[in-house]
Amino acid sequence: MPRTRVRPLAGPSTGSGGASSNPQRYGSTKRCLGLLGHPDARVTTVGGTMLLFVEQCLNGLQFGLLLFLLAAGLTLVFGIMDLVNLAHGSLYMVGAYFAATFTALTGSFIGGVLLALVATCLVGMAVEVIAMRRLYGRDHLDHVLGTFGLILFFNEAVRLIWGPAGMNLTLPSWLNTSIEILPGVPYSSYRFSIIVVALAVALFLYMLVMRTRIGMLIRAGASNREMVSALGVNIKLLYTLVFGLGAALAGLAGLMQAAILTAQIGMGENILILAFVVIIIGGIGSIRGAFVASILVGLIDTVGRAFLPDIFKLVLSQAAASTAGPAVSSMLIYLLMTIVLVVRPEGLFPVSNK
Amino acid sequence: MRRIFFAAGAAIALAVGPAAAQNPVKIGFISTFSGPTAVIGNDMRNSFELALDHIGRKMGGRPVQVIYEDDQQKPEVGKQKTEKLVQSDKVDFVVGYIWSNVLLASLKPVLDSQTFLISANAGPSQIAGALCSPFFFSTSWQNDQTPQAIGRYMNTKGVKTVYLLGPNYAAGKDMLAGVASTYKGKVIGQDLTKWPDQLDFSAELTKVRNAKPEALFVFYPGAAGVQFLNQYHQAGLKGTVPLYTAFTIDSLSLPRQKDLALGIPGAQHWVNDLPNDANKKYVADFRAKHKAYPSFYGAQSYDAVGLINSAVVAVNGDLSKKDAMRAEMRKANYASVRGPYKYGNNHFPIQNFYLQDVVKDAEGNLTLKTIATIVENSQDEHASKCPMRW
Repeated sequence: MPRTRVRPLAGPSTGSGGASSNPQRYGSTKRCLGLLGHPDARVTTVGGTMLLFVEQCLNGLQFGLLLFLLAAGLTLVFGIMDLVNLAHGSLYMVGAYFAATFTALTGSFIGGVLLALVATCLVGMAVEVIAMRRLYGRDHLDHVLGTFGLILFFNEAVRLIWGPAGMNLTLPSWLNTSIEILPGVPYSSYRFSIIVVALAVALFLYMLVMRTRIGMLIRAGASNREMVSALGVNIKLLYTLVFGLGAALAGLAGLMQAAILTAQIGMGENILILAFVVIIIGGIGSIRGAFVASILVGLIDTVGRAFLPDIFKLVLSQAAASTAGPAVSSMLIYLLMTIVLVVRPEGLFPVSNK
Repeated sequence: MRRIFFAAGAAIALAVGPAAAQNPVKIGFISTFSGPTAVIGNDMRNSFELALDHIGRKMGGRPVQVIYEDDQQKPEVGKQKTEKLVQSDKVDFVVGYIWSNVLLASLKPVLDSQTFLISANAGPSQIAGALCSPFFFSTSWQNDQTPQAIGRYMNTKGVKTVYLLGPNYAAGKDMLAGVASTYKGKVIGQDLTKWPDQLDFSAELTKVRNAKPEALFVFYPGAAGVQFLNQYHQAGLKGTVPLYTAFTIDSLSLPRQKDLALGIPGAQHWVNDLPNDANKKYVADFRAKHKAYPSFYGAQSYDAVGLINSAVVAVNGDLSKKDAMRAEMRKANYASVRGPYKYGNNHFPIQNFYLQDVVKDAEGNLTLKTIATIVENSQDEHASKCPMRW
C-alpha cells in the first residue's frame, strides 16, 4: 500500500483522494508528486497520486496490449514473408465493422465477435491469395504501393457497404460497468477485459510459435525461407495461414477498440503508424519484441499524456503548459524509437539469421 | 475531388434572363466531405442547397453556381482549395469552414483578393479580434460565445468546481477560455487532447475522476463527441461527475449517441424547434427531403444563403459594388432561422443562446429541444480588440 499523507497547500482542508489521513510534513519531491495529481495545488494526498499513477499505468498497459495485437500480426507478416503490409490497418477496420454488424445481427456480443474474427481471417486470406502473392519477392516500394492501393480499396468498400457515418459496437451490460481493481481504483471492466484477452492472446502466440509444428515452420521460414521450401514444406499455404492469423489479430484489435472508439472509416491508419513504431523498436519479426515494445509505447504514450502537462505547469504558465503538454507527449514515442534505432538498430529483440 | 453543381434553374435563367444578368453568382463552398467528419460537410451542403431551392436558385435575378471543395479537415488542404476557388474559379463569395484551424489558414488568400468570406461555422477568436476584416462575416458565432453561455448556466446550477476537456487546436482553446471567462466557480483542471487523431480519452477521464470536480465541461465536435460520450459512460462518470457540453451533442451525432446523450445539457444559438417562421419552413422541408433533423451546422449554412442573397439583391446583382454589399450584410437583413440578430463591429452576430436538452419526438426519435434562454443578445469579448468601426 502506498503511504498516505494529506498535504494542505491552500483552500479548505477537505481530504481528497481514495486514501487520505493525517496532515504531515512533506519534502520537495512529494510536493512535485502532489502537484501531479492536482495542478492547482488544492488539496491532495501522495496516496491519491500513487493510485492515480497506478490507474494511468493500467490505461497505458491496456493501450499497449491493444497495440501488441496489431503489431504482432504486422511483425509476423513483415518478418516471415518480408512483406510491408500497409493494409494491416484496413483489416483492423474491417474487424471493427464486422463485429458491429454481427453483434447487431446475432444479438450476442460474444457470438458477433467470434463471427467477426472468422470473417476477418477469411478476408485476410483472400487478400493474401488475390493480391499479396503477386508482391512476394518484389521490392519493398512495390509492397508499399500495392498495399496502399488496398487501403484506398478497403476505405471505399466500407463506405459503399456501411455508409460514411461509422458504426457503434454496443457492449453488453456486464462489460459496460466499472470494477474496483485495487481499493480506491475503479476501472472500466471493458478496458480490463482488453488487458486479459490480449495477455491470453500473447500466451497463445507464444505457445503457437514456440511449442507447435506450425510455429516451428514459422520460425524456420523467418530464418531461411528457401531451405524450408526445399525441405518440402508447402510455403504458400503457410504464408496464407500466417496472413490469415495476422488479419484475425488485427481484426481482434479493431473490434475491441471499436467498442471504445466506434468503427470509423480510416480508423486503422493512425494506429498503424504506432504499430510500425512498435515493431521497429521491438525488432522486426520478433513477437517477444513486439510485446515488450508495445507495452513500452503504450505506457509512455498514456503516462506522458497524463502527467506531462502537469509537470510543465511547474515551470510554464497554465495556457502554455496545456498546449505544449499534449504536443510534447505525442513526440515521446518517436524519441524512444530514435534512441532505440541509435543504440540498437536491429531493435530490442533482433531476429537473427535474417 | 471537385464537384460542380450548376444551379438547376441556370439553363432556364440563361434562356429568358436579360443579357447582363446571365453570368452566375459564383459561390465557393469549403467544408469536409471525406473522412469521419464528412457527415457534417454533407449536412451543410444539404442545407445550403435547400436554401438555394427556397430562393428559386437565383440571387438578384442572376443564377447561382456553387463549387464545393473538400478540405479533408486539414488546414493545408483547406488553404489550397481556397486559393483555387479565389484565383482560378474567381468566385464572388467563399462560404463554409467547419474547423477554426482550417479557416485561419485559408483566411489570407480570400481577404487579400477582397472576396467576401462567410464562415458558416468556425469562429476563431483571432478573426473576432485583431484579424477582423471588412470582407469577413459570420453566420454562426464566435467560438467563445457558446461555452460562455454554458459557463453562465453552470453558475445558475451552483456548480462550484469544474474540469475542462477539449481538443488541442484553435477552437478547443477558445472554447475552454470561453467557459472560464463566465464561470464563477473554480476550474480545478483542464486538458487539451491531440486533435484530430486522439480518440481514446482514458488518461484524461482518469484524471477527471481523481480530481473530483462537481462538473465536467467538454467540447468534442463531430464523431469525437460519440467516442467521448461512450467513454464517459464506460468510465462510470455518469453518476458522479455531471457533464456539460458545447458542440458535442447535435442532430448528427445524436443518432449514434442515442440514450447516452439523454439529460446532458448543451448551449446553442439555434435549436431545431425555435418557433420562428423561417426556421419552421427550413426544418420541415429539410426533414421531408432528408428524413432527418438538420444540425446547427446546416442552419448556419442555410443562413449563409440568406445573408449573401440580401447583399446581391441590394445591389441588383452588380457584385462590383462591394461597399454597398457590405453595408447591407451589416444589417443582417434576412430571415435568419435563429430569429433576428445584429452584427457587432467585428461582423460576428450578437445573438441569444439557448439551453438545449435531448428528448424523444412523437415518432420516438431522439432530438434536441430548447429548454430556456441562457443569455440574450450576447456579444463576444474579442469585439473590442477589432479596430473596425462602422
